[in-house]
Amino acid sequence: MASNATRMPGDISAAEHRRQILSHQLGRWVPLFILAVMSVVILAPIMWTISTSLRSGVDSFTVPPKWLPTDLAVENYAKVFETVPFARQILNSAIITWGTVLGQLITAALAGYAFARLEFKGRDLLFWVVLATMMIPIQATVIPVFILIRNLGLYDTYWSLILPATPTAFGAFLLRQYYLTIPIELEESALIDGANQWQLFRQVYLPLVKPGLAVLAILSFNFHWNEFFRPLIFLQHENYPITIGIFQLQGYMMTGSISVVLAGVVVSLVPVIIIFLFGQRYLIEGIMRGAIKG
Amino acid sequence: MSGKSLSSNNIGGIGGLYHWLFQDTMEGLRRRRALLGYLFLLPTLLGIFIFTAGPIFVSFGLSLYRWNIFKPPDFIALDNFERLLADRRVIVGLGNTLKFTVLAVASQVSLGLILALAVHRINRIWLRYYFRTAYFLPLLMSGASVAVFMGYIFHKEFGPLNYYLTLLGLPQIPWLTNSDLVMISIAIISAWRNLGFTFLIFLGGLANLSQEVLDAADVDGAQGLRRLWSVVIPLLSPQILFATVTGVIGALQVFDEPYIMTRGGPGNASRTLVMVMYEHAFKDIEFGYGSAIAIVVFLMILAMSAVQMWLWRNRVFYQ
Repeated sequence: MASNATRMPGDISAAEHRRQILSHQLGRWVPLFILAVMSVVILAPIMWTISTSLRSGVDSFTVPPKWLPTDLAVENYAKVFETVPFARQILNSAIITWGTVLGQLITAALAGYAFARLEFKGRDLLFWVVLATMMIPIQATVIPVFILIRNLGLYDTYWSLILPATPTAFGAFLLRQYYLTIPIELEESALIDGANQWQLFRQVYLPLVKPGLAVLAILSFNFHWNEFFRPLIFLQHENYPITIGIFQLQGYMMTGSISVVLAGVVVSLVPVIIIFLFGQRYLIEGIMRGAIKG
Repeated sequence: MSGKSLSSNNIGGIGGLYHWLFQDTMEGLRRRRALLGYLFLLPTLLGIFIFTAGPIFVSFGLSLYRWNIFKPPDFIALDNFERLLADRRVIVGLGNTLKFTVLAVASQVSLGLILALAVHRINRIWLRYYFRTAYFLPLLMSGASVAVFMGYIFHKEFGPLNYYLTLLGLPQIPWLTNSDLVMISIAIISAWRNLGFTFLIFLGGLANLSQEVLDAADVDGAQGLRRLWSVVIPLLSPQILFATVTGVIGALQVFDEPYIMTRGGPGNASRTLVMVMYEHAFKDIEFGYGSAIAIVVFLMILAMSAVQMWLWRNRVFYQ
């Protein structure tokens, strides 16, 4: 160390100087190279899917693979709707997903508020119980829930998926965090102005946790739009959502054109892409909050 | 007790209750807020009790019965678990699930870490944005859609992947049709999708690293890989643990990808534990035996969750 400190910059030998520059350059370009290669690895399958969905049947598996959508065989997209009841499946997915999102927003907005801002006996105990249920995976409860849903006469209805997914421990926990960030002074001044308890919740707090509601809505929409396991168990035939639709397409098209199957995949990705474009900020915030803070 | 509550008792009935609740005092306000608390929690608590907390106990109960739809349930104590220990499909399913879990989690955590470290060094905003967007995109896609297009990309004869590999002089690799390879391929595909999650966790962790510690490392002369290995990575250990535990919990439940791409084949080579549970419970309608398998899945996940809760309680993630 001591000898290093007394050495002047001019004392560095030419060879060492070159080595330092090289290692500096390496440190700059190697990470960039890795990043660029990985971004191609990640994006290429998606590009191939889109461009192949627009190819006419005989060119589906063309070699070498074509990455740009040069053919525009849009008839593949029409064919999707002829092969499986795709319009109906999109509608099913939309109803189930929106129903679930709406249910979760309502129950979580209420529960999060109670946990964050209302005092009552047993609150902290109840909070830990609700939190603990987050550890229970869907596979561990699906059989009893299936029996229950059958006995309620809800098998093969939208309710069979919406109802069990409506109470959300994660959502209550997430929104509680947002309520906690709101300064308590706001509440005091609203009470002095003569607001009752409902008005306090509805007109003071709820508008202020809108970002939290957006995060929950987007995470929940994405999750339930993509669901496959539960629909496979609770629904059949014409009530299947779009995820099972593309699975069916793949089955029917074993010998047919994969371009049609991929057209179906691309259609199923449309809402996801829309979320991605407009809600990326909320998604990332939600993932970070859910992750880093518990 | 003050005179107020006495007088409300004197009114009695509904009127008394109304007065008890809506009297214009701090006491009344407190009661109203407590009542509101219970009311607001009711939908969530009731829902969780009916659809999550209750069913987990029922699952334990069901696992002690032999029950298919045609005959009434028959109490057989632990026979289901005994049967499970000798069931080849369960053993193979468990093995496949564990193999998948190790491969997928190891690759998504290590790759996510490498990419986050590299992106963190980049100063140009648009380039950072491009990489973040690219790595994050697959995370939003359904397992079903990814499984469908990856099934074609990994196709032995016609898939684009093997086309490029043969250009490099490699033979056509039977990614999804060889029993030794299939679980590895599914793990690669799953890691491709989940990379964005670990990447985001690490990027967040890096953004919050204590600048003081880093400066101290600079003063001590720690540079390059040495700085990375002995300073940055230890500081990220909470995120690494979190990404690993969450990854394992997710991977133990793997179902969509193997179900869609291979239907568990070739043979049983990609049949996972949850697939075996699904088949017993909803194809053969054996609710008792299916529940026993579900309990095994649950206990494995519970063990991982306990680790996570323990870390969380010790504030590891609040760094």
